[in-house]
Amino acid sequence: MKLRIKYLKLGNLKFIGHLDVMRYFQKTIRRAGLKVSYSKGYSPHQIISFAAPLAMCITSDGEYFDGEFDEISTSTEMTEALNTFGVPELHVSECVLLPDDAKNAMSVVAASDYRICFYALSEDKSDQAQHILDKLKAFYEQEEIIITKKTKKSEKEENIKPGILDIEIRDNSIYMMLSTGSSYNLKPELVMEALYQYAGIPYNFFDFHIHRIETYMEDENGGLMPLYKAGRNFG
Amino acid sequence: MRKLALSDEILMSVEKPARYIGGEYNSIMKKKEEIAVRFCMCFPDVYEIGMSHLGIQILYDMFNRREDTWCERVYSPWPDLDTIMREKNIPLFALESQEPVKDFDFLGITLQYEMCYTNILQVLDLAHIPMKSEERKKGEPIVIGGGPCAYNPEPIADFFDIFYIGEGETVYAILLELYKEYKHSDMSRREFLIKASNIPGLYVPSLYDVCYNADGTIADFGPKYSDVPEKILKQTVVDMTSVSYPEKPIVPYMKVTQDRVVLEIMRGCIRGCRFCQAGMIYRPARPKDVSILKQYAENMLAASGQEEITFSSLSSSDYPSLPELTDCLIEKMNNEHVNISLPSLRIDAFSLDVMSKIQDIKKNSLTFAPEAGTQRLRNVINKGLTKENIMDGSLKAFLGGWNKVKLYFMMGLPTETYEDIEGIASLSEEITELYFANIPKEKRDGRVMVTASASYFVPKPFTPFQWAPMIEPSEFIKRAYYVKDKFREAKNHKSLKFQYHEADITILEGLLARGDRKLCDVIYDVYRSGQIYDAWTEYFHKENWENALKAHGIDIGFYTYRERSVDEKLPWDFIDIGVTKEFMKREWERAKSEQITPNCSQKCSGCGAAKFGGGVCFEAKN
Repeated sequence: MKLRIKYLKLGNLKFIGHLDVMRYFQKTIRRAGLKVSYSKGYSPHQIISFAAPLAMCITSDGEYFDGEFDEISTSTEMTEALNTFGVPELHVSECVLLPDDAKNAMSVVAASDYRICFYALSEDKSDQAQHILDKLKAFYEQEEIIITKKTKKSEKEENIKPGILDIEIRDNSIYMMLSTGSSYNLKPELVMEALYQYAGIPYNFFDFHIHRIETYMEDENGGLMPLYKAGRNFG
Repeated sequence: MRKLALSDEILMSVEKPARYIGGEYNSIMKKKEEIAVRFCMCFPDVYEIGMSHLGIQILYDMFNRREDTWCERVYSPWPDLDTIMREKNIPLFALESQEPVKDFDFLGITLQYEMCYTNILQVLDLAHIPMKSEERKKGEPIVIGGGPCAYNPEPIADFFDIFYIGEGETVYAILLELYKEYKHSDMSRREFLIKASNIPGLYVPSLYDVCYNADGTIADFGPKYSDVPEKILKQTVVDMTSVSYPEKPIVPYMKVTQDRVVLEIMRGCIRGCRFCQAGMIYRPARPKDVSILKQYAENMLAASGQEEITFSSLSSSDYPSLPELTDCLIEKMNNEHVNISLPSLRIDAFSLDVMSKIQDIKKNSLTFAPEAGTQRLRNVINKGLTKENIMDGSLKAFLGGWNKVKLYFMMGLPTETYEDIEGIASLSEEITELYFANIPKEKRDGRVMVTASASYFVPKPFTPFQWAPMIEPSEFIKRAYYVKDKFREAKNHKSLKFQYHEADITILEGLLARGDRKLCDVIYDVYRSGQIYDAWTEYFHKENWENALKAHGIDIGFYTYRERSVDEKLPWDFIDIGVTKEFMKREWERAKSEQITPNCSQKCSGCGAAKFGGGVCFEAKN
């Protein structure tokens, strides 16, 4: 049976990497005594796979992994077990049963919602943040948003506008929905860098905090839905 | 949420920020207002190494079982963070509370290898704690050292207030009670230290004087005051079964060196190899009760979620109930997907059977530690492994499907000749011959590979070789090349590989291992010249050591290449490990006359460790 598990990544654990999160859940599943399936052979491993990796220093309310289980109880029980034997910074919020033919989380990811809020570091910085917010509308209304991607060998110009599905300001924070996943992956920090450039302010990643709100996949009608909607609560 | 000591900006600019954030599963948080004693445990190397150390896990658990004590951890910041902390004047902090180490009551530093000594100074310096004991005042942490290198604490005597000689489980409770009395009274730091020096096993170096002969050897060593003991008795746990053990081990987020449950099955060793310090200082051998171990294994796997378990002991093959324990774990492995990572075992029918059950034999190699190339030299070092044992074990292994063999040797052993080291090559070649002679062509799956590696022998205190000379690095390299040539000339050279260790670091290990107090100033200057992480080849700079030795007029040969007379006063003579100096002398003589000494389970050789009243000495008499 294939389950999809949604979890948060909060607080100080924004400093652990994607591999560390995977290792954490492998161990938490064992501590919680859940009957995850194992591969065969001399070094059997748990059959679990993670959706879009989150960059270091970003927190999230919408992370996912899929797991194959030999036995399941109920959504509530399994969620509780993972939280009892886990840490609050990696809280599990959903646990749903996927249809047998469901594609894995990694391959279906299409978009993510992010919230970016500026730290109130100083008066100067607050003025700067306000200036950036004021520029957002004009920034997004450009026909093309060109950034320069530097690789070791060359510099390449790229229009990132198609990757920005939506962007707006609410409560002095920037909310953006960006393409995520294997077909086109746009990172929020890249959008911020372009915005700073547009506003004529030197870019500093540590002026603001990025939080992923949700990860989405395409639904049957070509719209977007959170990844957990592909399954259903059980038990 | 715990506020981190380092800003996001700093954490994002260093390699592996997870080293510095704490908060691991099963790490312990307490309310500091409710705590009488704050203890910070330090392993002076990087997080991944330090987190893999069992001793700290044992003491962390032991201290945190006390309601009045909160034990936290700190490791050496990696050089990238080291630079930032100096630039920004950020004090070193403990992982749990993220608060400065200088605000703690104790800083306990484990001394596992000599080449971490400059990192001790790094930790003290970054913590803003005065590096020398004499400069510390009441209100600053008590700096206490323990672990194997504490058995010759003299080269780092200036930097520690107290050394704990022996196993940590015995007298810390007494020390903590004394400390609470000191903290809440007008008792001076010196008065506290004098009282502490009267607790068995605790050595307070500032209370002892040493004077030297004209030739640099020690003329006299002893306490400055009449109420300070002359001898320090090593602390030994008598009942290994009822002593506490960390059943809820900390589970790091990042991958550490020892990423598995570690089950200590026995302390001490019955073997008596003459080069081995652990084999002497942890006497007597004390196996733990197998039913307790099964319970621990169960509890630790459940509490950590780890997928792998391994055993810790000096010689797991000598653990009396090993078959029963491995059977129990193999059953767990099959039912609950637990991997067993075996320590190196004596190769016999039993161990081959166990290994074939739990490992992919194609991927794994078999390990033998003959330590010396000829039987003559193996007798000198009292390594009870014969050529027949190795040949027999290898043949069984080849027939069982293995085709990779690793052999561990030392070079520079006392009495070693070129004939002995040539034996490294001929023994390796004979093993390949054995393969070709017994495994028919159609059954050969991949190439047979015998890899021999040679380390550079370092004589250690409290071993029968404590008087022995070390060979010079140039001679070690010469011998290594000689053996390498023999490997190249071998008929089956394509199936043979020879590796040898770094000589420049090892000779300094030799210096520090048997050094005296005169080396404190050298280590201090080496640190001052910017040297840290000596154990890491990429950060080790030989010139820093050469310059400091020169500046202080220290001749490295005096400490390393010189054969000491058995009548010479040794820097560590004030420590009583139970095993007597008379026994060491006897063993040194027997070594030189190539005589072996039976192991503790065969016959008691009267080493002196029986006075602790436990373990193999006691059981043998019943």
